[in-house]
Amino acid sequence: MNWLLVAVGAAVGAPLRYLTDRAVQYRTGFAFPWGTLTVNAGGCALLGLLTAVAPPDVRLLLGTGLCGALTTYSTFSFETLKLAENGARGAALGNVALSLGAGLAAVYAGAGIGHAIWG
Amino acid sequence: MRTREPVLRGQGRVVAAVAAGGVFGACARYGLGLWWPTARDGFPWTTLLVNAVGCAAIGVVLVVLTEGPRVPHPLLRPFLATGVLGGFTTFSTYAVDAQQLFDHGLPGRAVLYLGGTLLAALGAVWAASGATRAVLSARAGRGAGA
Repeated sequence: MNWLLVAVGAAVGAPLRYLTDRAVQYRTGFAFPWGTLTVNAGGCALLGLLTAVAPPDVRLLLGTGLCGALTTYSTFSFETLKLAENGARGAALGNVALSLGAGLAAVYAGAGIGHAIWG
Repeated sequence: MRTREPVLRGQGRVVAAVAAGGVFGACARYGLGLWWPTARDGFPWTTLLVNAVGCAAIGVVLVVLTEGPRVPHPLLRPFLATGVLGGFTTFSTYAVDAQQLFDHGLPGRAVLYLGGTLLAALGAVWAASGATRAVLSARAGRGAGA
């Protein structure tokens, strides 16, 4: 049952990342990986909320499964490397700083919202 | 639906490949977490290694698919890179792991984890893509000389 919860969450989370990334890049162009930054920050906010208030089953489905597949470290690191290889060192550093800053801020924001609503 | 977003048009098979790959990747990550659990307030080695290994793998996969000698099947990149490796590696667990360490009064461990993961991941993707390029060009050289 636990495996099924993770699998179902991932089956939603991974395509959600792919389509969100496409939608964001379609609007912002391809100079900077705003799409990955968006899904990573969004997934961090949701997992922060879940970790604060959700029961274990919900955490497996929406946390380990959905948020785990919605967010990604591999694409983030590959996009950062690409920026650096293409001479955009500032953008590469900016992507790292923004991703870490936004991700951590989103976790705390999500946890804060969870505690405010559910105590 | 004629007025559908260009973002969604013709994406059915790709979305299915991403979803299938994502299930594989996420289940592998979950299984490793069960097999090698991190104690409360312990250093999150499992997530760090999952992310570092996934970054090394994407360095190999994307260089082969985008710079290799053959044109890959169009669903290979969505399945392997976006799906499997995107589902395997995680940014949300990384950030929550760090938050938990901060909140439990272990800021040194949290900063070490944040920085250590970042260095391991970027080092892995850089080394793996460089090594893959070297193998590809050595093979291309041999092929040209044959």
